[in-house]
Amino acid sequence: MMEQRNFRLLGAKGPQETANIAWSRKPEIARSIGPAPSGKPSSKISSRNVNFYYGDQQALINNNLDIAGNKVTAIIGPSGCGKSTHLRTYNRIFELYRNQRVTGEIFLDGENILDSGRDLLELRRRVGMIFQKPTPFPMSVFDNVAYGLKMHYRMNRHQMSERVEKALRQAALWEEVKDKLDQPGTALSGGQQQRLCIARAIAVEPEVVLMDEPTSAIDPVATAKIEDLITSLKENYTIVIVTHNMQQAARISDFTAFFYQGLIVEFGATRKIFTHPSNKQTEDYITGRFG
Amino acid sequence: MPIKTDNFATEERISPIRGTKRRNLDPAFRRLTMICGTLILLAVAGIFFELVLESRPSLEKFGWSFLFTGSWNPVTGEFGAASSIYGTLVSTLIAMVVAVPMSLVIALFLVEMASPGVRRLVGGAIELLAAIPSIIYGMWGLFVFAPFMADHVQPFLTETGLPLFAGPPMGIGMLTAGIILALMILPFITAVTRDVFTLVPPVLKESAYGMGSTTWEVTRKVTIPYGIQGIMGGCFLGLGRAIGETMAVTFVIGNRHEIALSLFSAGNSIASTLANEFTEAADPVYLSSLVELGLVLFGLTFLIQILAQMWLKRVRKKMGTGT
Repeated sequence: MMEQRNFRLLGAKGPQETANIAWSRKPEIARSIGPAPSGKPSSKISSRNVNFYYGDQQALINNNLDIAGNKVTAIIGPSGCGKSTHLRTYNRIFELYRNQRVTGEIFLDGENILDSGRDLLELRRRVGMIFQKPTPFPMSVFDNVAYGLKMHYRMNRHQMSERVEKALRQAALWEEVKDKLDQPGTALSGGQQQRLCIARAIAVEPEVVLMDEPTSAIDPVATAKIEDLITSLKENYTIVIVTHNMQQAARISDFTAFFYQGLIVEFGATRKIFTHPSNKQTEDYITGRFG
Repeated sequence: MPIKTDNFATEERISPIRGTKRRNLDPAFRRLTMICGTLILLAVAGIFFELVLESRPSLEKFGWSFLFTGSWNPVTGEFGAASSIYGTLVSTLIAMVVAVPMSLVIALFLVEMASPGVRRLVGGAIELLAAIPSIIYGMWGLFVFAPFMADHVQPFLTETGLPLFAGPPMGIGMLTAGIILALMILPFITAVTRDVFTLVPPVLKESAYGMGSTTWEVTRKVTIPYGIQGIMGGCFLGLGRAIGETMAVTFVIGNRHEIALSLFSAGNSIASTLANEFTEAADPVYLSSLVELGLVLFGLTFLIQILAQMWLKRVRKKMGTGT
C-alpha cells in the first residue's frame, strides 16, 4: 500500500521523472527502461527504445517488447497507460494523424518497419488490425471479406470465392452467413460483425493480427466465441491483443505485458504474471486494487 | 435567506407546481409544428394548381405536342417547349458532369490531405463563392469568361473534330452556360460533401487503411459509399440550383429557340426563356405557353427527385448504409 501511494505521488511529477526514480527503486522493471538488448532480434515483433508522442506529450517511454510468433500476447494496464498507442505503432496506423510520431525501432521478422522507405501497404497486409467496435464496410458480406483480396491479389472469381469461404470458415462465421453473402455487412449482429472483420483481416493472409479491445463492445456469448476463435487462430497467426478484461487476458494469452504510464512495467508468461507477479504495481493491478 | 444544508428540519419546503400553474404545452406545440409542415404542402400544391390553371389555354391548344415541338414562334402563335427542355437538361448535365467530380476531389483534399490552415482558407473561399449573386456570375460569364472560351478553349476543342464541338467559336452558348453553372453549384456540393466526409467515423477509415488501402481506395470503396446519401443530397441541392438558374444562364446561353448538337451553338433554357419573354408576351396563348414552361420545369424537377430517391433506395439496400 505504501509503495503504491509513493508511486502515485511520483507519477504526478510526469512520466519521465517517474521512470528515472522507478528505475533506481525497482531494478526488475529494467526491461522497459534500461538499455535495449543488442543484436538482431529473433522474435516475430521486437520493439526497441520505442517512444511515442502526441504533439509534445510523451505517451510511450522506452518500450522494449518481444512478441513471440504464433502465440497470443496480451497487453493489459489501466486506461490511458499506452496499451493501444503501443499496438498502433505495429502497423503505423497512427501516421494517419498529423501530430503523432514515434522514435526507436520496431522489427518485424528482423526488419525495421519504421524505416521511411518501407512499403506501408504491404506492411498493413502483413499486420492486420481489429478494432474495439466492429467496422463492417458499407458493402455486402462477401465484398467485405473480398475487400483486401481485391487490393492485394490478382485472382479470378472462383479463386476469390474460395478464399472468401476459407476466411469465413477460419473466423467461425461461414455456417451463419453462407446464405447471407449478398446482404450488407451491417445487417449482421454485433458479434457476427466483429467476426466478419476478423475474416476480412485474415483473408489477405497476414502474419500478425493486432486486436484493440476486440470484445469490449460485444455481448458475453459472442465474446466467448471470439475468444475461442483467437485461440484457434494462433496456429496460423501471431496475435497481439489489448484488453481491459483481466480474465480474458488470463484465459487466452500465452504472454502478458503490463503497461503503466507509458512504461512496460512487467512482461512475461501469462501464468507467471497472474500467479507470481514480480512487481508490486502489476500485482495491485491484477488483483483489482487500482486501475 | 440561506438554506441550511446541515439541518433539513428547518429547510424551507418547496412543493412542485401543479394544476393550472404548470401546463403541458406539448399538444399545442405539436399542433404548431403540424401547421408549419402543412403550409409547405399547401404551398407546393398551390403552385402546381396555379401553374395548371394559368397554362390552360396553351394546354388546350397544343396538348402533349407542346413537349415535343421545337418551334417557338410568337408571330404565328406556335409554341413548343422542346428546345427549352433540351437546353435546360443539357446545360444542367454539363454542370453536373463538371461540378460533381471536382467537388468530390476538393472535399477529399480538404478533409484528408490539407493542413488545418489550408483547410480553413480554401473552405472559406468556397463558401464565399456560394454567396456571390447569380447576376455577377452572368456578367462575368459574358464579359470575361465567354471571350476567354472563344479565344482559348473553343478553337482547341474544335480540333478534336467531334460534332459536339463544331461551329464558330463565339464564346457564348451551351458549353459556356454549363461551365458557369458548374462554378455556381460547386460550392454547394463541395460544402455538403466535405461535411459528409468529416462525419465518417475515424475508426472506419482506420480500419480501411489498416487493410493496406491507399487514400483513393478508402475514399472510393468506404468513405463515399458510407456517405452516399449525404453526397446525393448535396448533388441535388446543386442540381436544383442549376436546373432553375435564370440570370447567369440568360447572359451566356445565347437565347435561341433551336436544338443543335454542337455545344458551341446558342440555345436556351426554360428559365432563360421565361426571363427574356415574359415582358413581351401580350397574346394570351403566348403568356400561357410561358406558364406551361414553368409547369414543365416543375414536373422535371419532381421527376428527377423521384428517380433519385428510387436509385438511392436501391443503393441503400445493397450497401446497408443509413437507416
